[in-house]
Amino acid sequence: MQATKTDEIDLAKADEVIDKYGGDKSWLVMILQDTQQAYNWLPKPVLERVAERLEIPLSHVYNVATFYSSFSLKERGQYIIRVCDGTACHMRGSTWLYDAVRRELDIEEGGTTADRLFTFETVACLGACALAPVLTIGPKYYVHVTPEQVGKALASYRKRK
Amino acid sequence: MSVKELAARQASARAAFYAKKIRIGVGVGTCGLANGSRDVLDGIRDEVAKTGLDYVVRGTGCVGFCQEEPMVDVLVPGLPRVFYHRISADHGRDLVKGLAQGDFHADWALMRLDRDQLLVETDRDVRGDLNGLAKVPRYEDVPFYKPQLRIALRNCGFIDPGNVDEYLATGGYSALAKVLTSVQPDEIIDWVEKSGLRGRGGGGFDTGRKWRSCRKAHGYPKYVLCNGDEGDPGAFMDRSVMESNPHAVLEGMAIGAYAIGSDRGYLYVRLEYPLAVENLAIAIRQAEAEGLLGRNILGSAFSFAVRISRGAGAFVCGESTALMASIEGFSGEPRAKHIHTAEKGLFDKPTNLNNVETWANVPVIINKGWEWFAGIGTENSKGTKVFSVVGKVKNTGLVEIPMGMTLRQIIFEAAGGIADDRPFKAVQTGGPSGGCLPAAELDLPVDFDRLTEAGSMMGSGGMIVMDDRTCMVEVARYFTDFLRKESCGKCTACREGVLRMSEILERIVIGKGAMEDIDLLQELCLYVRDNSICGLGKSAPNPTLSTLKHFRDEYVAHVKDHKCPAGICPTLTTFVINKETCIACGKCRKACPVECISGKKKVPHEIDQAKCIKCGSCRTICPVDAVGTA
Repeated sequence: MQATKTDEIDLAKADEVIDKYGGDKSWLVMILQDTQQAYNWLPKPVLERVAERLEIPLSHVYNVATFYSSFSLKERGQYIIRVCDGTACHMRGSTWLYDAVRRELDIEEGGTTADRLFTFETVACLGACALAPVLTIGPKYYVHVTPEQVGKALASYRKRK
Repeated sequence: MSVKELAARQASARAAFYAKKIRIGVGVGTCGLANGSRDVLDGIRDEVAKTGLDYVVRGTGCVGFCQEEPMVDVLVPGLPRVFYHRISADHGRDLVKGLAQGDFHADWALMRLDRDQLLVETDRDVRGDLNGLAKVPRYEDVPFYKPQLRIALRNCGFIDPGNVDEYLATGGYSALAKVLTSVQPDEIIDWVEKSGLRGRGGGGFDTGRKWRSCRKAHGYPKYVLCNGDEGDPGAFMDRSVMESNPHAVLEGMAIGAYAIGSDRGYLYVRLEYPLAVENLAIAIRQAEAEGLLGRNILGSAFSFAVRISRGAGAFVCGESTALMASIEGFSGEPRAKHIHTAEKGLFDKPTNLNNVETWANVPVIINKGWEWFAGIGTENSKGTKVFSVVGKVKNTGLVEIPMGMTLRQIIFEAAGGIADDRPFKAVQTGGPSGGCLPAAELDLPVDFDRLTEAGSMMGSGGMIVMDDRTCMVEVARYFTDFLRKESCGKCTACREGVLRMSEILERIVIGKGAMEDIDLLQELCLYVRDNSICGLGKSAPNPTLSTLKHFRDEYVAHVKDHKCPAGICPTLTTFVINKETCIACGKCRKACPVECISGKKKVPHEIDQAKCIKCGSCRTICPVDAVGTA
């Protein structure tokens, strides 16, 4: 887990999420999703706060936060690029999109660019199989993507910066 | 509302649906949106507002023909309903302008629907002059739809999922009203049992029997769950139903809850489906506001409350006990089912779990009768099944067919055959738990038992079609690697066994495998199959076992000859351009992501092998098949 100073993190957002679920520990998975949405990742102080408020051991929160693939315990970039590696995408060449993203951003899967603009993730299936191969940048879907188009798409986000 | 009020509300909703106004629908399911349908909807709305026309414009779900998105449908009073395909925002605006002048742009149309009862429970019928629309093919003549019978997918793409009145217009919630007023819970279970409905999530367990054991179980509360985790990569029918017709799932669950004696439930939906979550949440709110869910449903003594729980990206959570652990706030580890979940499931209470597609079938069985449903399909697999037919086919999308139709009919009729007319090699069904079937099995009638006998499985209905440019060893490696990552790690057979299988397959695809590896792989497969706790591990060897059985020669080619016959595995493939046949069109040069192809106009092109990353972009794009493997 990355070291983050507690005083830098505003825990009010976490409290808001926990309150929304009435502090009920059975909603832990949803609470972590919503707090991740609020902070863009799951900093250690937030996990500690969740454990404290739900009255469960931190180890339990950590277990859940590391079990599910959608949780990130590392700070993520502004835009999250997700290359779909579902079967249909894989058969239509998602490996080459994966390579193209890696080449263009010079980071490995799970990594974030030095300027904190992009984080590179893969996803098991987005359910848009008929449009394979698919990748998403933030909420936007790119369908029938070729490796050659990846660079252009990324460049358009760099310009927005 | 009460049962009496429901009938009146349905009638007024139907009158509003078929008002004497032009109604335009734009498909805004995930596939449509990914293809830009939001702009189309905005464009149409804008044009209608600008011209001051009194048209109804709605966002609808998905009709299942994903590759033809964005789709727009137009309902003009007295005329067939027309579906337009591949519509841009500009097309949309022109369509609005044209309609105002009586021009239907028949050339942009994919199909027309003369009778809506094909799709929704209404009695509208169109006859007479069709205003130039006669040349547009009828729905039932379009090859993609011809073999289909849409039960679970009914209404999908034909109604606005965000508007409960549109579901009511199609006779929605009639089945729930019927059971609440005139059918005893045990009788409902009898009907479902006699209908022969089996679980659509993969297991194929008898739905009525499942309900009965939960009804008989002691304890309060009892939970009714919907599995919308749909983790099988390559399957997306549940997403489509949840996005396009969410009330069908809710109505089915409410009927099940009434039959079982439950007053609460959860919908477990994966977070990779944000639109499904959103549309279900809207539907729940609306149904509660109308007294169709919540306390004292339709004025009866029956109450049923549903909440949504989102998955967080774990394939194993499609397994029932793992799913329940996840809802309880734990990591999704399955447990051995010495005690059935019908007795001790969620929060250790009696629990019944069915998948989205199963629930969506329930209201139709109640409305049309179990005899009708049992009349469709094969001896032990009744009704229909939705398949997502994807991969190397011409028509990709969701196809709902009666059980018993052959793989050939699905792939070569509905899906239009193999893309670019290349040879068929295999079809993979059942997701990572299923197997690959070769051409010899194409005439296999598709039902639960026949697919299992053939070494694959129904699974949730993913159907991935492969052509000669698919490496079967790579396919096995892909699925095994997926399962290795998704194994929860609780039992040794799955955690270690799948890891070793995956390592061997990795070795083979880079040409470092030995012949003994193939035998070891086979042995490991049987061990993992026989010793794992849950379905994930038990079925994990299927992709490998089925490819070993039907495509052993490909394994041997990788090991002995260091060749990948399909030209997919990078280390074993070298692409070369045939100088005789190359027409020097430059397409491959432009498609190459690493710029390793040289050549000019009229000069045959050449690949710089030192720079080539073996992605095959050049081979895919070459119009004359001049790129081959050495």
